[in-house]
Amino acid sequence: MKKVSYRNQILTLFGCTFTFLLLFSTSLYAQEGEAETAAVEEQAADASGGDAAKGKQLFNQNCAACHALNRKMTGPALANVEARLAEEEGLDKEWLYSWIKNSAGMISSGDAYAVRIYNEYNQAAMTAFPTLSNADIDDILAYTAAPPPAPAAATAAAQTTDGATGDTGISNELILGALVVVFALLVMMLILVNNTLRKIAEANGVVLEKAKAEKRMPLWKAFAKNQFLVLVSSIFLLLAAAYFAYGWFMQVGIDQGYAPIQPIHYSHKIHAGDNKIECKYCHSSARVSKHSGIPSLNVCMNCHKSIYEYTGNPEGPSAEDLAKGYTNEFYTAEIKKLYKAVGWDEENQRYTGESQPVEWVRIHNLPDLAYFNHAQHVTVGEIECQTCHGPVEEMEIMYQYAPLTMGWCIECHRDTNIKVEDNGYYEKIHEALSKKYGVDKLTAAQMGGLECGKCHY
Amino acid sequence: MASNKIYWKSEAELNPNDSIIETLRQNEFPEDIPVDEFLGDKEGLSSGNTNRRDFLKYVGFSTAAATMAACEGPVRKSIPYVVQPERIVPGVANYYATTIANGFDFASILIKTREGRPIKVENNKDAKTLGSANARIQASVLSLYDSTRLQGPTANGESIEWDALDGAAKTKFASLQASGGQIAFLTQTYASPSTNRLMADFKEKFGNVNHVTYDAISEEAAVKAYETLYGSRALADYDFSKAELIVSFGADFLADWQGGGYDSGYARGRVPAEGKMSRHIQFESNMSLTGANADKRVPLTPAEQKKALASLYGKLNGSTVSTDLKDSIKEAVDQAAEQIRNAGAKAVVVTGLNDLDAQKLVLSINKMLNSEAFDATSPRYIRQGNSEALAALIQDMKAGNVGALIMDGVNPMFTLPNAEEFAEAVGKVDMTVAFSTNQNETTEICQYVAASNHYLESWGDVEMKKGHYSLTQPAIRELFDTRQFQQAVLNWMDSEQSYYEYIKDTWSTTILGDSSWDKALHDGVYSLSGDMAASSEQENPEVAASMEDMTASVQRLARTAGAEMELILYSKVGMGDGQQAGNPWLQEFPDPITRVSWDNYLTISRADADKLGFVNENVANGGLDGSYATVTVNGVRLNKVPVIIQPGQAPGTIGMALGFGRRVGMKPEMMTGVNAFKLYNGFNNIQSVQLEKSSGMHEFACIQLHKTLMGRGDIIKETTLEIFNTRDHAEWNPVPKVSLDHQEVPATSVDLWDSFDRSIGHHFNMSIDLNACTGCGACVIACHAENNVPVVGKREVRRSRDMHWLRIDRYYSSEDTFTEDVEKKEGLSGAIESKVGFGEMEQAAANPQVAFQPVMCQHCNHAPCETVCPVAATSHSRQGQNHMAYNRCVGTRYCANNCPYKVRRFNWFLYNNNDEFDYHMNNDLGKMVINPDVTVRSRGVIEKCSLCIQMTQKTILDAKKEGREIRDGEFQTACSNACSSGAIVFGDINDKESQVAKLKESDRMYHLLESVGTQPNVFYHVKVRNTEEA
Repeated sequence: MKKVSYRNQILTLFGCTFTFLLLFSTSLYAQEGEAETAAVEEQAADASGGDAAKGKQLFNQNCAACHALNRKMTGPALANVEARLAEEEGLDKEWLYSWIKNSAGMISSGDAYAVRIYNEYNQAAMTAFPTLSNADIDDILAYTAAPPPAPAAATAAAQTTDGATGDTGISNELILGALVVVFALLVMMLILVNNTLRKIAEANGVVLEKAKAEKRMPLWKAFAKNQFLVLVSSIFLLLAAAYFAYGWFMQVGIDQGYAPIQPIHYSHKIHAGDNKIECKYCHSSARVSKHSGIPSLNVCMNCHKSIYEYTGNPEGPSAEDLAKGYTNEFYTAEIKKLYKAVGWDEENQRYTGESQPVEWVRIHNLPDLAYFNHAQHVTVGEIECQTCHGPVEEMEIMYQYAPLTMGWCIECHRDTNIKVEDNGYYEKIHEALSKKYGVDKLTAAQMGGLECGKCHY
Repeated sequence: MASNKIYWKSEAELNPNDSIIETLRQNEFPEDIPVDEFLGDKEGLSSGNTNRRDFLKYVGFSTAAATMAACEGPVRKSIPYVVQPERIVPGVANYYATTIANGFDFASILIKTREGRPIKVENNKDAKTLGSANARIQASVLSLYDSTRLQGPTANGESIEWDALDGAAKTKFASLQASGGQIAFLTQTYASPSTNRLMADFKEKFGNVNHVTYDAISEEAAVKAYETLYGSRALADYDFSKAELIVSFGADFLADWQGGGYDSGYARGRVPAEGKMSRHIQFESNMSLTGANADKRVPLTPAEQKKALASLYGKLNGSTVSTDLKDSIKEAVDQAAEQIRNAGAKAVVVTGLNDLDAQKLVLSINKMLNSEAFDATSPRYIRQGNSEALAALIQDMKAGNVGALIMDGVNPMFTLPNAEEFAEAVGKVDMTVAFSTNQNETTEICQYVAASNHYLESWGDVEMKKGHYSLTQPAIRELFDTRQFQQAVLNWMDSEQSYYEYIKDTWSTTILGDSSWDKALHDGVYSLSGDMAASSEQENPEVAASMEDMTASVQRLARTAGAEMELILYSKVGMGDGQQAGNPWLQEFPDPITRVSWDNYLTISRADADKLGFVNENVANGGLDGSYATVTVNGVRLNKVPVIIQPGQAPGTIGMALGFGRRVGMKPEMMTGVNAFKLYNGFNNIQSVQLEKSSGMHEFACIQLHKTLMGRGDIIKETTLEIFNTRDHAEWNPVPKVSLDHQEVPATSVDLWDSFDRSIGHHFNMSIDLNACTGCGACVIACHAENNVPVVGKREVRRSRDMHWLRIDRYYSSEDTFTEDVEKKEGLSGAIESKVGFGEMEQAAANPQVAFQPVMCQHCNHAPCETVCPVAATSHSRQGQNHMAYNRCVGTRYCANNCPYKVRRFNWFLYNNNDEFDYHMNNDLGKMVINPDVTVRSRGVIEKCSLCIQMTQKTILDAKKEGREIRDGEFQTACSNACSSGAIVFGDINDKESQVAKLKESDRMYHLLESVGTQPNVFYHVKVRNTEEA
């Protein structure tokens, strides 16, 4: 599970070459799907008198947290809701207007269907939207009435991706093949030229001085005879060996770059990068505790109750992602793993109570003898998480960015100024210490941050 | 030229017939290497298919494999909660208020939990009564994680389900109800309003129910005395902080007398303030913790104590009581009476004599004095034992009248002297159920064993003192399939309620009134306001009448006939009644007086020891050995009881601690001592005894072998109140002088080193007041728990390898007082006189003065340990703490050798994960008590007190997070937190307003071994004794 950095470098090298090749082989594809969707939406808008495009926007702003078009979430699926209600329950648009604007009122007034739906969905009260006008609701309904374009788009996307992966694969092989052929031709040409020249030389009577060459002392013998050279080079070799041995030994136990495979492929890139979720939203205990804490699964479910599938970023998965198999289906499958672990029944939108705690592989393993407190650094020092953990928002797979050695800690303590502003604790101490050291800014070291017992007890 | 000289190595060699010399000559290396054992079996060797080459291959491969494996870090899994409880943040401790009420120890406490695991006991400062944890309570958290705990109910030794037990019990009760048979409960003292109500409910439901309470160590005489004078079964309460004169007749009130918890009030009165401190006179037989703290201690036999008490009563009453007391005792009684008369209401008299007359006398003396320290209006309910009811129950059982016997919180087979009779009686009962957390002597003979909860897993309530209620709440869910007694009883009554609801019910109907249940639960304590408690008090009309009737009691006491040798049974602060005998922290806890751990023993005066031929000797390996005795009381004989010669023990008396000698359900290491309950006839702690020497020597694990100070008055500085009040502190607290350029100068003015600038930031100091320190040892266990100090076991303690970071040294004077010691030492001149004089001074006096001195790392500003460490593993911080980086230490032990205070401890072994040290750090359960903020040290490193740097750092961080300055009192260590007597005060001396900064400026302040120039950050306060006779 552990990667040694040297091996890593080789991998990176391979990776680079591969990407380089890929760059030359990608072809461009037109995004025909989008135009298609737009056309469908326009059509729908004409049918119901609302603006489906505007409706989509409103739907995403107000409704999407609890409703989807084609599946139950916290609330029911809303595709064709207007028509469905009219057909099945005989309820008109007016009912919908009042329900959306004040659902609680309708439940308390004892409206039969309102009470039924309220009970059916675990008595989760729907937020009242008094700010939505009837026209807005029309727009939303227009959007829900439109034949769901999502599956079509998805298939299209899937097709595109399939095509893309297939194409790149073939073109890669082609190019490689072509290169091989070209090189083979070159080699053959050289051999031919050599042969031809030899023949010409023989024909011209030039004698190759093989015998003469044999009489000369071989290089290794000359080298072996020169004792000084032997001494110097063996010293050099020994030093070099020692250097590398030292380098190797010094990385024993240092897991910089350690990127274990996790039971759930959790992408920090998607969460912290694409979606810009604040680190401490999930790692909340970093604010108050020595541990940053791996978020419990209920924290995941805060969002993933409604985010049940991965639809990718607007540009769609990049070729690089696809090459690694990070397709939308892949991520969606990972979300399902979360559901399994937390025991979430997607169908009925409730917890089954059968949970299987996730056994994450711990990446940052500080030895027990070292005391590190996240709160001290995050809350008091207001240090960015990235200072020690690196560009987490770019990490598809989380890895250990810093070496986490004592030297690395100390270096930072020597260089980093303490954030004393607006902290009542530091007022007096800062004043006194600044006077003592004759500086305005104080480093952690000047505050005693290098003392053994501050981290080892 | 050959020489015929014969060289000899010792004089013994000159004797040609000396058998020892002959053996040595023949057999220089007496221990043969047992070659035969593994080479003798030729057949086995030749038929074995592992040859030498294979062996080498295996060694080679395994070494290589181990090396390779070491290069690869292990994969660590991290498993977060599925749903994280709201209040739990990993890495942040939560505190819950709860109460321990195990029948012997009662206290309101706080429990510190980390990630849901209780790891430490703290005092509940909100509690108005019994809010401090003694050593046993501090250690009780470890008993929760005892690996020998019962993990589920059993029937006749087979595991069963609770349903089966419930079913059997219900059937039995139903049939008994129908036939009118008796259901008996034999339990500890609960003092619990809810349990009382539960028992009443149960009685109501099943009719013939008999609830008998008994205390393993009884205070029945005091309870009865209170009952006759005040009408209820309770114990009068005392507030020693209000007393200016305390006269005690054998009451060990600083330990467990009448439930204990009196030390904080006592200590408050002992610190001289405005020229005044309380005076304490102790008449006693054993050298008790209380006697050790007394200003004047009179050793006398129990019979003499009774006579002295009678004569004191006579003197105060104006009546004449004729006794045959010795003149010296008479004089002491006269002086005490005189002083009591002077002090009036500021005096208080207490007694620990388990004698109804004596207890009645004391109550009436206090009543007569109108003593302010005496509180009969809101008494304590924490001892309810009734021996008559117990005897009646046993008779009932023997007669076959009892159909079912349910026991909880008691171990009669261990604690009753007539255990055989009890066992016989139990045999006549159809159904016996014993609730217990562990297997014990009683569960052995019971049909059903109901695995019961530890108190940290239970609900409960206690009314320890009238009007003062406490709540027990679980700090962790049941670790095993256990159930608490009350819950089981509720189930048997077919009640749907949980015991929690039942308590809540009781409280909301009868206790709380308008107050909030949540607040009471949060605080753990609830006290009725003063007038409510008082208004419910009814004066017993009989009081006045019975007061008159004291003459008979006085006469009986005055005519007490003593035995030739009297045995006084007592409880140790480290073991109590033996409930926690399986707790390694307590076993390793050295007794404050004898400093012996892992044992109980007979204490005997030197005079008696010489008469009977008992010896104590320190043998070559540094251990203490003692003779064995055979003790016979009333026909019961205890063989091989080790003997300790105890300075201060009254001649004609011996002492022995109860609670030891448990054998069932324990790890072999914990089976220590001899069971003294076998001698506890009629729940009387005083027994007439025959004593004889038996063969062999016992190996003690004694932590302090040198008993006396040898007149070195600078280690424990002492003075009397008179001198303290009248003279300049330079006289009674002089700064030691050293020579500089052949001039005598104060030691503090000489300095070899450059000093840190410690004026900025925090500078931690610890103050230890020798006047307030009673030597109780709660701090020692608190330190154990906080700092993951390992338990090393009896064998290692004997080798002086104990690991306690904090020890409480105990010194005896070799003359009558320490001052006389100093005078004697100063007076010695010449080699011979010195040799003889110092030889004499090694022996403690027959009735010595005693002093306690807690010593931990002194955190010297100029630390000798730091300069000798070759790898700079120990270094100094600006905050005054001497740091110890374990991972840097290579174990040269130079530091320990260079430490003048001998506070550094070396890890001779790996004490965790080691089967050789089967205490608690080698099993998963026991490890749950480990404090995650402190490293568990490995073999080969030195460790020592860190001034709880994990706690000071946390305090600083909390302040930083909140952006504020640190308030005084926020900085604490484990020991200062645990110290209920206020002897240990910790803080930042750079905060000039802090308590510790003020204490440092006190005239009484001195540093230990000041002349060495180490400039410690721990300082002591001169002990002042109030020796003024009236």
